[in-house]
Amino acid sequence: MNRERITNFAFRLLSILLALGFTSFVVLAAKANPLTAYGHLINGAFSSTKKISDSLVIWIPLIITCCGLAVTFTVGLWNIGIEGQITLGAVFTTGMIRLLQTTNTPPTFVILASILIGCLGGIIWALIAGFLKFLGGVSEIFAGLGLNFIATGINLYLIFGPWKRPGIASMSGTEPFSEIYRLSNFAGLRLSPWSLLLALISIISVFILLKWTMIGLRMKAVGRNADAARLMGISSFRYMLLAFLICGFFAGLAGALQVTAVYYRLIPSISSGYGFLGLLVTMLVDYQILWAAPVAFLFSALNIGGIQLPIEMKLDSTLAGVIQSAMVLFYLVMDSVRKNVLKPRESSLDE
Amino acid sequence: METPFSLFLLKMNIEIRNISKFYGKLKANDGVSLQIPSGKILGILGENGAGKSTLMKILSGLVKPNEGEILVDGVSIKIDSPKDAIKLGIGMLHQEPRDFPSMSIIDDLRIGNQKDGKKRKEMDVGQLHKMSLDLGFSLDFNGLVRKLTVGERQELELIRLLYFGVEVLILDEPTTGISLNQKNQLFGALRKLAAGGKSILFVSHKLDEIQALCDLAAIMRRGKLVQVMKAPLDQNEMIRWMFGQEVTRHKPARTDATEIFFETRDLKIDDFRIQLKKVDMQLKKGEVIGLAGMAGSGQKQFLRTAAGLMPPAGGDIILNDRKITGKSCFSFQQNGIHFVPSDRLEEGLLPGMTLDEHYQLVTDCGRFWINNQSAAGISGEKIDLYRIKGNRWTNVEELSGGNQQRMLLSMIKEPSNLLLLEEPTRGLDIESANWIWSLLRIKCQSGTGIIFSSADLDELLFYSDRIMVFYSGEVSAPLPANQLTETSLGAMIGGKDWVIV
Repeated sequence: MNRERITNFAFRLLSILLALGFTSFVVLAAKANPLTAYGHLINGAFSSTKKISDSLVIWIPLIITCCGLAVTFTVGLWNIGIEGQITLGAVFTTGMIRLLQTTNTPPTFVILASILIGCLGGIIWALIAGFLKFLGGVSEIFAGLGLNFIATGINLYLIFGPWKRPGIASMSGTEPFSEIYRLSNFAGLRLSPWSLLLALISIISVFILLKWTMIGLRMKAVGRNADAARLMGISSFRYMLLAFLICGFFAGLAGALQVTAVYYRLIPSISSGYGFLGLLVTMLVDYQILWAAPVAFLFSALNIGGIQLPIEMKLDSTLAGVIQSAMVLFYLVMDSVRKNVLKPRESSLDE
Repeated sequence: METPFSLFLLKMNIEIRNISKFYGKLKANDGVSLQIPSGKILGILGENGAGKSTLMKILSGLVKPNEGEILVDGVSIKIDSPKDAIKLGIGMLHQEPRDFPSMSIIDDLRIGNQKDGKKRKEMDVGQLHKMSLDLGFSLDFNGLVRKLTVGERQELELIRLLYFGVEVLILDEPTTGISLNQKNQLFGALRKLAAGGKSILFVSHKLDEIQALCDLAAIMRRGKLVQVMKAPLDQNEMIRWMFGQEVTRHKPARTDATEIFFETRDLKIDDFRIQLKKVDMQLKKGEVIGLAGMAGSGQKQFLRTAAGLMPPAGGDIILNDRKITGKSCFSFQQNGIHFVPSDRLEEGLLPGMTLDEHYQLVTDCGRFWINNQSAAGISGEKIDLYRIKGNRWTNVEELSGGNQQRMLLSMIKEPSNLLLLEEPTRGLDIESANWIWSLLRIKCQSGTGIIFSSADLDELLFYSDRIMVFYSGEVSAPLPANQLTETSLGAMIGGKDWVIV
């Protein structure tokens, strides 16, 4: 058992090294020094409190998304529609604030209500994918993909249509809300303590749900073998729908926080690709949410560190994305290698 | 006696010397030495996990031993793959033949002939035909593989191996799922082949088959070869060597209840491959009904329909005078109707999850929180009662087949009114099967009815109160088991002496 753990860890480490090796080749091909590039990446991410807090600003929506995805992956669903769910969360939140900001409603209540409505937006978008799967027989992957396009369409329509800035419609988004409708930040930083708190609560609650409750156990059963679960009296329909609902809730929350704590308005790329990045992170950690936290932070730090590259080395900041994707690919490759290496014992004995 | 393959009369003597195979701490084969004489049928007998399949896999190149050697005519050889084994003249007949159902038989043979990409000599159809006739088979080489029965597929596989010049034939439980007629035909063919100088290794846990067919019986127990016996073989002696003691089967007490609680009326089942026109049956409390028939005759579909997992094409399912047709399988389960599939890892268990987790799920311990303490108690109890070799933290896929079967049966929810069991003792040895049935009988005594399917006529006749026979879309009414014999039941399964009651 212990030996198996060490082997697993060794393989994970090896996949990270291979990913770095591969990225080094890419940097060399761009005629730059990989070590300098990595230096700038690390420096760009960790050299000051501000940089670390900037990473956390990215980490919050990313890890909240992972919380939702850990649930859908557990039940055996590929929730590709996560991007759309985040977007709809942001749209609903913006709509609620716009609705209430002209009334005399207390600002605290406005923020709270708009975040909750945002969660509802994510839930609705996720449940549409769920019903398309169960009632229409559409795979959740295709349903999610389609719904992502529709969500982007709705978002752009609102920004350039009904919710456009007075006078001009602009890629920079809708009119920013006044200070009173924003979540407060740590002094001098872009990081909101409220968002951080919500992210931590999300991690803990998903961990508890999947580890210690019967609901989590039943979800795992459905994910492992829906036929067998059915014979044990567990309805895969019910638990998959519940997983969609929970994931939609977290995606909506991530979108709501993007609006109330980061951009203070609705922008075209409000989901910032955190949904897809979240899929990668969650896969990488094998749906273990506690592991997702540090890995998501590493990915966030790479994003922030990458900002330095064009300035210092004339390299594109997407190098961070290359490292992230290479890590996931090499991890998946090494994982199947590991499974083959660790399987010298042939199948069961009799028959 | 005239030998059918005088051309191939090359005698080949194989000796296994001190073969050991370890899986972790477990010794699947522990210093096994055995001489395989040509021209004899050698039975390999042993309970589950005794190591007989492992030994056969080593011989046929599927598994490599940790220690020991194999000698052919006194020369030590290495067998790295099944292809190597066939080149050496050792071929294994698999339980589930690997062929292409949509092809014609001759094309199927051609494919097998050029699997490694190189073009070989064209198959000699004339010779194939002659071989088939010599063995008493009636294979039509232009027909489709799909249309063959399990038994005919085996015959095809046998011909294929012989065509490739195999001298040593290994058959692993070849009589599972074939009709009595085909069994007799197979035995006849094997006797002819042995008379022609081939060595036959016949793996089985069925004592009467070993007794009827084999010249020698090698008995394995816990990885060791404990005894080689010569014909005439005595069943009780074989059992003593297999288990280290004599096992007596207890004829279960028949139910005397008369209250009917479950019935199907004019039930029609349509499942694309198989149509059942009309199933009428009534089950009394505590009664056991066995489903007999060739594999694929609709027993599978009937069990699933009765469990609410498959909607019927017509007719009604009635429980305690209430129609439950069309309700969800969960509502069937709430009414105490439980189904146990034969395909353990595919349909019944959750790979990657522990025994503990399985019991937590089926006992619903704790409404919201998982109650680890009560789960521990339940797991321990079930593992003991059902004699599962594994602990609470074992993942189910690490259990051996027989233990997975025990695990499935131990997960049946209580209270149960009707148990629908698909081949409940498949892969279990006599002793375990006996134990499982004694546990099932306890359930019957409290009024639970059982409907089970089985390929084993002896099991059907021994444990059923009544038996329904399935044959090409027809289903007989339940017939009292004590009025049937293995011969009459076997004939019905094959579609003869069909009694419409």
